[in-house]
Amino acid sequence: MKDFPVLSLDDIEALAVGAWILGTGGGGSSYLGLLNMRRLYAEGHRVRLMPPEALEDDDWVAVVSNMGAPLVGQERLTDSRLIPRAVTLMEEHRGVSFKAVMALEIGGGNGVQPLMAAAHLNIPVVDADLMGRAYPEAQMTSAAVGGLRPDPLAIVDCRGIEAIVEKVPTWKWMERVSRKICVEYGSIAATCKAPRTGREVKDWGIPLTTSKAIAIGRAVREAQARHHDPIEAILSVEPGKVLFRGKVTDVERRTTEGFLRGRATISGLDNDRGAQVVLDFQNEWIVAWQDGEALATSPDLICVLDSTAGEAIGTETIRYGQRVTILALPPPAVFTTPKGLEHVGPRAFGYNLPYKSVFA
Amino acid sequence: MRRIGIDVGGTNTDAVLIEDGQVRGAVKAPTTLDVTSGILDALARLTATDVLGGKTLDAVMIGTTHFINAVVQRRWLTKIGALRIGLPASATLPPFCDWPEDLADVVRGTVAMVEGGHEYDGRAFMPLDTGAVRGAAREMRAQGIRSVAISSIFSPLDPSHEREAAVIVAEEIPDAAITCSSDLGRIGLLERENAALLNAALADLARETITAFERAIASSGISAPLYITQNDGTVVEAAQAMRLPVYSFASGATNSMRGAAYLSGIKDAVVADVGGTTTDVGQIRHGFPREANAVVKVGGVRTLFRMPDLLSVGLGGGSHVSLNPLSVGPLSVGYRLTTDAVAFGGDQLTASDIGIAAGLLEIGDGAKVSHIDEPTCRRVLDHIQSMVEESIDRMKTEAGDVVLLAVGGGAFLIPDDLEGVSQVIRVPHGDCANAVGAAIAQVSGEIDQVFRDMTREDAIATAEHLAAGRAEAAGADRSTLVVIDTEDIPIAYLPGNARRVRVRCVGDVVTGERTSNGA
Repeated sequence: MKDFPVLSLDDIEALAVGAWILGTGGGGSSYLGLLNMRRLYAEGHRVRLMPPEALEDDDWVAVVSNMGAPLVGQERLTDSRLIPRAVTLMEEHRGVSFKAVMALEIGGGNGVQPLMAAAHLNIPVVDADLMGRAYPEAQMTSAAVGGLRPDPLAIVDCRGIEAIVEKVPTWKWMERVSRKICVEYGSIAATCKAPRTGREVKDWGIPLTTSKAIAIGRAVREAQARHHDPIEAILSVEPGKVLFRGKVTDVERRTTEGFLRGRATISGLDNDRGAQVVLDFQNEWIVAWQDGEALATSPDLICVLDSTAGEAIGTETIRYGQRVTILALPPPAVFTTPKGLEHVGPRAFGYNLPYKSVFA
Repeated sequence: MRRIGIDVGGTNTDAVLIEDGQVRGAVKAPTTLDVTSGILDALARLTATDVLGGKTLDAVMIGTTHFINAVVQRRWLTKIGALRIGLPASATLPPFCDWPEDLADVVRGTVAMVEGGHEYDGRAFMPLDTGAVRGAAREMRAQGIRSVAISSIFSPLDPSHEREAAVIVAEEIPDAAITCSSDLGRIGLLERENAALLNAALADLARETITAFERAIASSGISAPLYITQNDGTVVEAAQAMRLPVYSFASGATNSMRGAAYLSGIKDAVVADVGGTTTDVGQIRHGFPREANAVVKVGGVRTLFRMPDLLSVGLGGGSHVSLNPLSVGPLSVGYRLTTDAVAFGGDQLTASDIGIAAGLLEIGDGAKVSHIDEPTCRRVLDHIQSMVEESIDRMKTEAGDVVLLAVGGGAFLIPDDLEGVSQVIRVPHGDCANAVGAAIAQVSGEIDQVFRDMTREDAIATAEHLAAGRAEAAGADRSTLVVIDTEDIPIAYLPGNARRVRVRCVGDVVTGERTSNGA
């Protein structure tokens, strides 16, 4: 572990910005996780970043995430001690000792969660995740596409309510059962999901997404400091495509079954003046529509950014009058296979649409 | 309609009289440390112009940067008690956790966190620990705390724990000023709590300042009601502003921009308000300032206020100028211009001295700056021009040239030809645009209510109707009402598609007659 590079606080600041952009509208803001990390670093904690290939095949890796509605996360603020508690609960339950911790989803606040566990437990973070972005449901991971075991799950609430979901036949069952628990907890819970072996992480993990988020975040932060165009800066480190620029003219939200669903209407500015794009969301941006046609769909990453600052705007925070740029980023290859599309393609979200990549 | 608008800035106190949509008189007086004498001075100068003529006034409307300056400069703030209801959640991120240390050191008194709060669906998160609330209040009293901010998880949806705690705090500290976060805002505990903490820190200053305003007006022999302007360009009665001073934070900038739009009759433009110390650049659309998209930091503290999107650069009439190497601002002589600037016999070279030497401005003693040659003036003014051009460019949201409204006492620093600007417009009384903006401030009506058994569209329409009714009751002209803020949150746990809708609309004050250039 000594050999793995220590993340600087500056890396973590960049990670927070980049993870929020990769959150594709969801995953919750990484701001509160960042505040916790600043505090932990001030107290002397340090976190090391471990490349996935450094894992032995039989090492155990804890996969962590905070689940629930981002809105709740803005009120019940992340306590840095909760996610490591989910990890130690799993260790107690399974009788194993984790070599490292990794993110379930790099997008949003969950990109920072493993760092809190790593800081408290003094183990490294693996530079990989199972989504490459944020997705709303448990079966929407590369581990599920790879047919890996979905159980067990450790799920904890800050009031000392702790549960293990021991066995489920499918990822969808894990989603249903854990979602019910999460809603009972108040639509927020810290989880340690099915532990992965080093072999599984190397075979099915989406590699180097932590460093990708740091690179994106650093590009935006440097552009902001120099008053350069942050969108251009992102395009200089990621092969993305600007889909639309405009102003938010309507937002409709409804909370159903623990998800935030709805749509946002963007009216074009500059070259897109006169045109309109409607964004459908289920926690994350799922489909961008223009004139009744799908402009982009999952698994392409649809990112809505503040046109000036370059920072991400979430499905929770988007509001009337904001000037936004809709940017598409390419998806991890594992999700563009027929099996991958079953899990995260447009049909997985109830849209009877074929997946046509923006990058095809 | 006869109103006096007053803007108490860091450097000048401006006063205007507006009658039937026309500016009848405009004066400027230096802001004084005690505020009151500056206002008295300005009112005396206004009276001296004989425009008041003994006629009755409908209102006096004051806008001030006093409160935001206090936070930015960390002065005149009250040490407060922070009571957060919500344990065991959020414990590693206590109140003040993301404040700049220098500000927290001034404001942070007793910090307490207790069990309680609500869930997103209205259930109690934890029962309110009333014993712990009482214990915290006693500790605050023991430490001499007299202003308390109370925040609670999901209080915008259910403020009952904050209210209950406020009653207990008031029992223990009977003379306490209490700010509940649910009075200030929306979802987002940390930002809402920050707003409550700032508001509590301003409790003494707000009481003293607004009382001073009232005294100044009364001793001028004026018997019109006093209103204080707010961040969004509307006014509230003095008593309300005393309770919630944070809502009047950014009114200075809003007033300048609205005043500039009003005076010029142009409703879409970039506005540069050049004061004594800073230049604020913002954009108006339909006569209102464009709002900042994101979280707004006030004195380094994150808040969720709706504030105009402004770029402040350290350029003003009082800016220090040094010639070798060339620099302008951000330091400024501020209100000491008339003693410290070279043209007034001082020894600090300022942007105003350059303006006087270049013949752009006629104040002070021109002979005292005659040694500054023309190439030197040119060099400084070119530098100022590039500062202005860069600021304008950064505030533009679209390519292409814009109309620039140059207002404020330092507007002489803005040249007529600017890159990216089609036309620079200076208006009569432009140096008092902020006071004009205060005088034309509007009244608002707000509704914040849970609607059931109707569609989202119907719920919003009903809320708009109710908000309009309240604005009218508060004196707004129905034909001028516009909705400036709509927010709706679905509440999943209630049957019948319940949603909480908040609508705010504003309109001009009803007057006998309206003129063509009414805002």
